[in-house]
Amino acid sequence: MSGYAAYVGRRLGQFLLVVFIGINVAYVITHASPIDPVEQSISAVSSYGNTAPGAIEQMRNSLRDLYGLSGTPSEQYLLFWKRILRADFGPSMSAFPTPVATLIGRALPWTVGLLSVSTIVAWGLGNLLGGLAGYYRQSRGLKLMGVIAMGLHPIPYYIVAMLLLIVFGFVWPVLPITGGSTMNLPQTWTPEFVLSVLQHAILPALSLILIGVGSWFLGMRALVSNVLAEEFVLYAELAGVKPWRILTLYVMRNAIVPQVTGLAMSLGGIFNGAVITEKVFGYPGLGSLLVDAVYAGDYGLVLGVTTISILGVSVGVLLIDLTYPLLDPRVKIS
Amino acid sequence: MAVLLRNLLRHSPEFRIGAVLIAVVLLLATLASVSPSPPEIVYVVPPDLPPSPTYWFGTTSRGQDVFWQLSFAIRNTLLFGCNVALTSRVIALTVGLISGYKGGWTDRALMSVNDTLIVIPLLPILVLFYFVMRDQISWLMLALIMACFGWAYDARLIRSVVMSLRAREFTQTCLFSGMSTRQILTEEHLPYVLPIVFSTTMNNMVWSIGLEVTLAVLGFTDIDRPTIGGMIYWANQHTAMVAGVWWWIAFPTLTVVVAFIGLFLLAVSANAYIDPRSRLWTTGGAS
Repeated sequence: MSGYAAYVGRRLGQFLLVVFIGINVAYVITHASPIDPVEQSISAVSSYGNTAPGAIEQMRNSLRDLYGLSGTPSEQYLLFWKRILRADFGPSMSAFPTPVATLIGRALPWTVGLLSVSTIVAWGLGNLLGGLAGYYRQSRGLKLMGVIAMGLHPIPYYIVAMLLLIVFGFVWPVLPITGGSTMNLPQTWTPEFVLSVLQHAILPALSLILIGVGSWFLGMRALVSNVLAEEFVLYAELAGVKPWRILTLYVMRNAIVPQVTGLAMSLGGIFNGAVITEKVFGYPGLGSLLVDAVYAGDYGLVLGVTTISILGVSVGVLLIDLTYPLLDPRVKIS
Repeated sequence: MAVLLRNLLRHSPEFRIGAVLIAVVLLLATLASVSPSPPEIVYVVPPDLPPSPTYWFGTTSRGQDVFWQLSFAIRNTLLFGCNVALTSRVIALTVGLISGYKGGWTDRALMSVNDTLIVIPLLPILVLFYFVMRDQISWLMLALIMACFGWAYDARLIRSVVMSLRAREFTQTCLFSGMSTRQILTEEHLPYVLPIVFSTTMNNMVWSIGLEVTLAVLGFTDIDRPTIGGMIYWANQHTAMVAGVWWWIAFPTLTVVVAFIGLFLLAVSANAYIDPRSRLWTTGGAS
């Protein structure tokens, strides 16, 4: 048990480090850049006509407060952390006076739902098919699947999402291509609403799954063919253990362990993909919120979404890491 | 080197296909230097013409020839990818070699930072960067930032190789014959690591170009510089799909997909060649 506690301690330390470095990167980018966001906003506003000099001065001061740019650098740094720990990013400029935290809270369930379902499906499906392809090397269908996975895997999310959009939006319009649910439907737990949410999630989820499956498939296939060369597999075969049992309980059971680590490591990248997918399909999650905030010039919202994404991804990684000892008992011993 | 290329060409179908695809893309990119007009100028040809013998890939709604525009775009996109890949290779090699060879606290500290960079979602950070820089953003700056985040995964790979090299006898021999740490790392260990670096370079290019396309499509880069993502951005701005100007989007998409699959296949074949077991299997014992 003490081994497990040490493991959890290490993982928690890593989690805190990720959050710390991530937030610091955000701070450096926003505060050390040669461009002053305050002056930019002011020149954008004042270029549209006559503004009294006094009003500009007032605006400059309140913007400085809002952006957390008043005071000495150390004060600014402390203020930055204080705001993040309190999840207080001020009011949103583009949806004034709704607080940024409320907007993020509204968008978060959509992203978490879409991302978790599509990641689990892609991971599970990729590993299952990859395991089969590694075990039954001669199967034509599985070989073909390998070629398809190889072809799809390197293509960026945006291109796949756009192709799906074109196919199901213009060529064969059977699925809703934008939004998270049908408009004018009250967002309560009625069967009608749930059904429409599922229907709207098909295309975004499909694009994430299509891209995701490939790498898990290729990884699992390679791992399985490595494990197959081990002596215990040969021994099990000679002892007359059924092939299906060998594949699932002996071979894939061993090969799944590095795949779990891989899942934790790639979560950040998967989140990047979700941002784009959401924008392409107009899904009301964090990704759309982020992109729209940039277009609207909403500083607090951009910073808020960035921080929450860093936090969310690290929590996801921590959760995966904490389940890891269930799969790999060696962690508990060492 | 020549023998290696010949072997790869002869025995690895992945390498053959990948090399052909990349050659096509490179040819298109080099054609940019003989383009009849610079890429920034608009309304040089009649707008919205479909592909024809005069305008092979059609013309855009901004009055540009898609073919020449595309050759500039793919050149810039590949340059961007190479830039990120080279810069991040330098960081990955330095960190990987030092971390693997030194071990102990140095290793633990470097790998903590390393794991952090692997996990952090980069796209929101790049978007934040664009938000702060706005019009001042340049492609070199973007490449530098991506390189600062793109080395972590490969540094881990290099570290694991160096760790096993350190345990081998020749490292001890070097140490006892009085070579400095820097000498051992650059003269003895680096040659073992280089093949891995080559294959990760392709993967890194795929990664960075993918991110650049994504950012450019959203308009979060220097949109006046023609890139693949930039072309799609302008096409979207002119609602090319709805207006029926499909060639404006189709040809950039096709080109970048060809480039991606080519790079990926090269990386796969290089990987297979590095692994001695699968090399024996593919070459049938020849070298």
